[in-house]
Amino acid sequence: MRALEVGERALLLEFDGGEETRAFHAELLRRRAAGLLPAVREVVPAARTVLLDGVADPGRLAAEAAGWEVPPLDARTGPVVEVPVRYDGPDLAEVAALWGVAPAEVGRVHTAVEYRVAFCGFAPGFGYLTGLPERYGVPRRTTPRTAVPAGSVALAGPYTGVYPRSSPGGWQLVGTTRAVLWDPAREPAALLSPGLRVRFVEEGA
Amino acid sequence: MTDRALAVVRAGALTTMQDRGRPGYAHLGVPRSGALDPYAAALVNRLVGNDAGAAVLETTLTGCAVRPRCGVTVAVGGAPCPVTVDGRPVAWGAAVRVGPGAVLEVGAAVRGVRSYVAFAGGVAVGPVLGSRSTDLLSGLGPAPLADGAVLPLGAPPADAAHYEGVPWRGVPREVVLGVRLGPRDDWFTDGALRTLTTCAYRVSAASNRVGLRTEGPPLERARTGELPSEGMVLGAVQVPPDGRPVVFLADHPTTGGYPVVAVVREADLAAAAQAAPGTRVRFVRAR
Repeated sequence: MRALEVGERALLLEFDGGEETRAFHAELLRRRAAGLLPAVREVVPAARTVLLDGVADPGRLAAEAAGWEVPPLDARTGPVVEVPVRYDGPDLAEVAALWGVAPAEVGRVHTAVEYRVAFCGFAPGFGYLTGLPERYGVPRRTTPRTAVPAGSVALAGPYTGVYPRSSPGGWQLVGTTRAVLWDPAREPAALLSPGLRVRFVEEGA
Repeated sequence: MTDRALAVVRAGALTTMQDRGRPGYAHLGVPRSGALDPYAAALVNRLVGNDAGAAVLETTLTGCAVRPRCGVTVAVGGAPCPVTVDGRPVAWGAAVRVGPGAVLEVGAAVRGVRSYVAFAGGVAVGPVLGSRSTDLLSGLGPAPLADGAVLPLGAPPADAAHYEGVPWRGVPREVVLGVRLGPRDDWFTDGALRTLTTCAYRVSAASNRVGLRTEGPPLERARTGELPSEGMVLGAVQVPPDGRPVVFLADHPTTGGYPVVAVVREADLAAAAQAAPGTRVRFVRAR
């Protein structure tokens, strides 16, 4: 782990890989829940970093965190969210071709693994989900769409994501969900928040 | 009958509602948002007896005009500007009584960019995630003001403590922003770091609530390639491929992939938000 100070009140913790980042993020949440973390306004995980913003003494926290014993992420612990999906996206055939399977098989492959919300970004409630084996990674579309409908289940690089609302987007659309990803009037507002485990369940096949 | 509301007569170039924003949701991709000049927003609130966190109007260069349906105490501060009630000049930077149906005209900024307008009781649109701030990046909170819109006002504070002569910061001709290098200063050449902290930049007209864009010497990268997206802080000096530093303001994205060469001291950001296009900006190392 490398700790970089960010201005006067923040700390960026950088890791070698995604798994290590996820494990450290889980440890941060555990310590925060147990009251073992000094006050932090924001804990923002990303691909290989966790940003701690609004920290009174970043240098001291960095020194402390360097000494933590962080257990590897246990795939079987933590709450699971199920997301019902109809695999009817406009890029289904293209993704099937990239994967070397029939279009009807995309759902079977995609639902066979368990995912974890690595981080959020792009729009409120848009989670970047990891878990799909590397060989199923797909490129972004060469031409992004100007409007991707809300609830679109999409793939790009190693990630799966679900568009919380209609927006422009360049990910490959494989399906749609009726789940509400983002509702500011709901608690929690985001269905998918960093650290959660996620299963996609095919419906109406 | 509840007539605690105001009608928008002239929305101006961009007038939004702002309070202290939505800290604590960055991990869900929610920008912090909130008044770009929080000192000015807090002071106009104090002048009308509100809590410092009540929602105020934030104008952009051209002011705005509103017609309260009820009598209400108001205060205009931040960027200095002419203020009139039904055409009669009234004080800027002080509590002013506006009668029912009278038009409060907040004129164009004489200096600076953003004037703040507080109403006793605050603008009472429904909060989203605990805040009434308009977030222009992600579209959360109330839409920017539109001509003819009607905004509810909250109940006036019971004991409207009035202050006289609150201290206002002037709007300087040159903005000096104290920075600490990092976290990605190692992505830039030594020459680029010297350029950043010695050369003068100018505020670009493309600046907005997301970021203060600059024009000036580009910063040369010491390494190529892409940085995986990482969390961004308020005041981050991000350097896009054109090499011109962008200072992240309240509506900044929560994550980003361009390297952050330095971070501006939070106390200096209000001055950045009041720097009109063309204003000279210097970045100086602060320790």
